Amino acid sequence: MPAAVRRYAPVLLVAALVVAVQLALSLLRLEYLLTQLTMSAYYTLVTLGLCLLMGYAGQVSMGHAGFFAIGGYTTAVLSTVGAAALAFAPWLSVPAAVLATAAVAFVIGIPVLRLRGHYLAMATLAFGFIVSRVILGTAVFGQADGISDVPAIKLFAGLVLTGKRSLRVQNYYTAWALVVLGLLLAINLINSRVGRALRAIHGNEDAAAAMGVNVARYKLAVFVLSAVYAGLGGACLTHFNAGIGPGEAGVMKSVRYVALVAAGGMGSPWGTVAVSAGLTFLSLRGAFGLYDDAVFGALLVGIMLFAPDGLFGLLPGLRGGRARLRAGRGGGAGGGHPQ
Amino acid sequence: MGTGQILQYLLSGVTTGSVYAIIGIGFNIIYSSTGIINFAQGEFLMLGGMISVSLGHLMPLPAAIALAVVITGLVGVLLQLVFISWLKNPAVLRTIIITIGLSILVREAALHIWDEKVRALPFWTGDETTSLALMGARVSPQVLWVLGVSALMVGALTLFFRYTLTGRAMRACASNGTAARLCGIRTSSLVTLSFFIAAAMGALAGCAISPLTQTQYDMGTSLAVKGFTCAVLGGLGNVTAAVAAGLLVGVLEAASISVLPLAYKDVVALVIMLAILFIRPEGLFGRRATALAGAPGA
Repeated sequence: MPAAVRRYAPVLLVAALVVAVQLALSLLRLEYLLTQLTMSAYYTLVTLGLCLLMGYAGQVSMGHAGFFAIGGYTTAVLSTVGAAALAFAPWLSVPAAVLATAAVAFVIGIPVLRLRGHYLAMATLAFGFIVSRVILGTAVFGQADGISDVPAIKLFAGLVLTGKRSLRVQNYYTAWALVVLGLLLAINLINSRVGRALRAIHGNEDAAAAMGVNVARYKLAVFVLSAVYAGLGGACLTHFNAGIGPGEAGVMKSVRYVALVAAGGMGSPWGTVAVSAGLTFLSLRGAFGLYDDAVFGALLVGIMLFAPDGLFGLLPGLRGGRARLRAGRGGGAGGGHPQ
Repeated sequence: MGTGQILQYLLSGVTTGSVYAIIGIGFNIIYSSTGIINFAQGEFLMLGGMISVSLGHLMPLPAAIALAVVITGLVGVLLQLVFISWLKNPAVLRTIIITIGLSILVREAALHIWDEKVRALPFWTGDETTSLALMGARVSPQVLWVLGVSALMVGALTLFFRYTLTGRAMRACASNGTAARLCGIRTSSLVTLSFFIAAAMGALAGCAISPLTQTQYDMGTSLAVKGFTCAVLGGLGNVTAAVAAGLLVGVLEAASISVLPLAYKDVVALVIMLAILFIRPEGLFGRRATALAGAPGA
């Protein structure tokens, strides 16, 4: 079926690229680069979730670093201070971290998502700020030092979440498998009834409500889902890095995630993955040097001013593709009622 | 706690609160004329402080401060002309992201022009040990400077909006841009002016507070969030209410120190903001719900 092929082709492409990059790097004896690629995969998970929230539900979150940090710190505390309680199954700290992130997102989301526009942006920004201040002011989170010596986690079938050199390839695949799964989930969601409802909300909340879309419930669901992506990324990266610091919760990180989603085309999951993985990798390699934050600030301003369709919108051939995509999308949303 | 100590808390709260109020007013001025929340508002205080510290080495303090205020005002104008002016009816999300991006660029530029070190203007009168006795509380004269400067700015702004033609034109532009244009008001230059006023006021507040709290390149974000708290608390677009809200937030923040660990001080204002947004998004003194359904551009 050509429709299915077109739908899942980007996923296959990403998966193929993941394998190709690993093979190439191993052949060229550049395996050390896999470390940063693994890290950027976990950050990409965050932007992928944010892409669903911003691009499809049209809700901005300036506090996603908060969710990332909640995931990371929960698993860090559970597997260091709280290790005794989880001695029977240490791997439980990761699902517990994701669950904690989801719970916080749920509780915060109910009131926050009633807000719109600037108010929503400020409220989520404030949420992120509160998380980072609480981390900096609480002894159990290690304050300014963060938490170090977070142990590796044995998953199933011999998979271990660790930054150990010998397991570099394996961890690279674990991280990117999560991204591919996340991408698959996102694409399926976008093309489902839920996705159509979300796009209706993005277009016009009142109109969506009039069509019978439960606006509040859908917004909350996608908010929690995007927080789950962030929490999972945070938890896994914490085990991979064997630690987490308060910088992960910083406002600048949240802004960076938004910049990456905007540059990826705000609502293009594969574009988000491509831009996010690429730029995060370069940033982690120190390619931007002292201008790291400035690059992301300039990216935000530049994209929003000159290329609201994202970096790929600048390429003429792809712009036509995007337009076609959008037309197809509009037809789909108009033809099939979401509810 | 004696009355002296209560007064001490109160004064320190009112001092920071008046600075928050000035930031809140800056948000309001730009919001009224453009419908944009300028997330770079806190950066103007930082710029004012930094520029005046640098100029302070070259010229007497009052001249350095005046020049810093003008320069920062012009930076505001520049940001508006280069990045904001040619956006026609931009989506809210787009303006949010642009102003956040601008705040980062200003901050990073400051980091590279100066450095990450903490700086401070000298005290305007006396030095850090000078203090005045006020009903059992010891107060630095700089506190009075901050309060005086803030009161002066609010007073001057009120007079400006009420009695000058330009001020009235700005109010007309805020309440209905199209109608104002039809009356022959050049709204675009008023928007530029509003950026100048907001930036210059922020810079002056930044200079006044610099001897007390110091100036650092990354101080803007938390100030912006707190200033926004005051703007929302008073109701967006309501300048006088922002002053009351600012003082309230400042005092609550200062009082929190006696109950909560110091590290949580910044959280207080934000929790207030979230509570207000959830319970009464139109602000304490506002009438219309603007944050929920029917928000402009939402």
